[in-house]
Amino acid sequence: MATASTTISNSAMPEGRVHKKAGLLEDERWLAAALLLPTAILLGLFIAYPFFEGIRLALTDSRVGVPGHFVGLKNFEKVWNDSIFRTAVWNTCWYTFITTVVKLVLGLWLAQLLNRNFKGKALTRAFILLPFIIPTVLSTFAWKWMFDPTFSVLNWLFWQMGFITKRINWLGEPDLAFFSIIVVNVWRGVPFYAISLLAGLQTISPELQEAAAIDGANGWQRFRHITWPLLLPVTMVVTLFSVIQTFADFQLVYVLTGGGPANATHLFATYAYQIGVGTGLLSEGAAISLAIFPVLFVVVLLQLLYIRRVETR
Amino acid sequence: MIEGRRWRRWVSFYIPMGMFIVMLLFPFYWMVITTFRPDGELYRPWNAKNYNPFWTWNPTLDHIRMLLEETLFSTWLWNTMLISLASTIISLICGVFAGYALSRLKFRFAGTMGTGIFITYLVPQTLLFIPLADIIRNFHLGDTPWALILTYPTFLIPFSTWLMMGYFKAIPKELEECARIDGASRWQAMIYIILPVAVPGILSAGIFAFTLSWNEFIYALVFLSSSEQKTVPVGVVSELVRGDVFYWGSLMAGALLGSIPVAIVYSFFVEHYVAGLTGSVKG
Repeated sequence: MATASTTISNSAMPEGRVHKKAGLLEDERWLAAALLLPTAILLGLFIAYPFFEGIRLALTDSRVGVPGHFVGLKNFEKVWNDSIFRTAVWNTCWYTFITTVVKLVLGLWLAQLLNRNFKGKALTRAFILLPFIIPTVLSTFAWKWMFDPTFSVLNWLFWQMGFITKRINWLGEPDLAFFSIIVVNVWRGVPFYAISLLAGLQTISPELQEAAAIDGANGWQRFRHITWPLLLPVTMVVTLFSVIQTFADFQLVYVLTGGGPANATHLFATYAYQIGVGTGLLSEGAAISLAIFPVLFVVVLLQLLYIRRVETR
Repeated sequence: MIEGRRWRRWVSFYIPMGMFIVMLLFPFYWMVITTFRPDGELYRPWNAKNYNPFWTWNPTLDHIRMLLEETLFSTWLWNTMLISLASTIISLICGVFAGYALSRLKFRFAGTMGTGIFITYLVPQTLLFIPLADIIRNFHLGDTPWALILTYPTFLIPFSTWLMMGYFKAIPKELEECARIDGASRWQAMIYIILPVAVPGILSAGIFAFTLSWNEFIYALVFLSSSEQKTVPVGVVSELVRGDVFYWGSLMAGALLGSIPVAIVYSFFVEHYVAGLTGSVKG
């Protein structure tokens, strides 16, 4: 042991000027600083700085190319009295709530199905993730084409099956368009829930289920008292992630309806885009997208508290 | 695990599974069939007589030809590839370094830094795109690939760091100490001893980061304006829809061809991708 410790102290000692740089990196603190520097620069420059810049913009009356003056909370006041913004708030909350519940239920179901042993399991799992990995904008176009008012294959299908006699104008009426957007979001999100929850399910020992089955618990009771409590931590994290992503969603609505018809299906992000980029009112757009922040803040707080609880356990 | 009588197995397993698969994959089938279908068949009203939308006997390559000859699709594909690769590599380097520092080195503020990076993980792009567009303009990066290569890492680094921390924590400390006893510096021990062991983690983070950058839309939409700089998603959205006219054949061809590279990468590394996805959630 003695020889070992002398070797360490020897090699750790700075050996003259030549090794000065290596010597600095031998110090844990300097090495840590050097390793974290690139990350800190990129995140500082493109996350922290834009965040404060966003707050500053929201408090001025800037437009594209025109540096504005400080106007206080006027933008927020204006946005708050804007009826389209209010629709967007309402839409975003409903959209997040409905899709999250549906995705969770369907995802759990699919995860349970995938957790069985059957032929072609690996292949099935690989294919099921496709909606999640294919670029959202591109797959959403496939949906938009399926929702086409005149050539919709869904209408053809329902008509052949005798469900409808008149066409359904999927994206043309406010409520229906909102429903269609929800369908596509669920379609895209279920695989993510299913595969993540499947990973959680696989950590639960099948012996627990068997023991409960021997004790006479039925399928629902086994799910309620064994699977669900053990799966809860993964479920929590998956749901919180998905809530943020859904709340800040942009691509689906941008492609499917562009916020229409008559601004009825806007979310925060699409409305911010329309105002900030479309009409060039930078400061108002910044104020609208900052409206995402309070929800984000609550979710992050929950997430941090939850992780701390898990870590100290 | 599949138990019970035959009809029960069908009701509880095969039928729901089949429905899930059909619903999840149908849009892709629709993409493929539309790509190869001549315009004359494509634009038939939904209630036309003798119309079978699910198959075509007259496949055509016209839509793909139009896509490749009349638009800059191949340029967009190339741009997307370049931007995704560059930002993935940057994020991997940053993520591996930061993950190593946060999981294996002792220093002040380690906890604070970790929390900070975790918080940025949860910041959605749509919160920042307006001020960021302003900043990109001020840095004179607008309408260049650099605008995306430098900003994509902001949502890739946090996740790679998080994933790598998990992998590094699982590697026993003794492995590194042995190398240090043999005279390796800290830096050498990290590069030659720890990194090779963490390769599966790096691969997972890389695959996941690549698909995420390929998928990104709003930054690319806002930061790029000229046609030859665009990425596939933005190009398809902005140049295959002219006014109110949708070129559905070419649109679907673009969607199909734009999805294939990422699908190929995914198919080779499914296991790593799933590890990345679930690792990013489990933390």
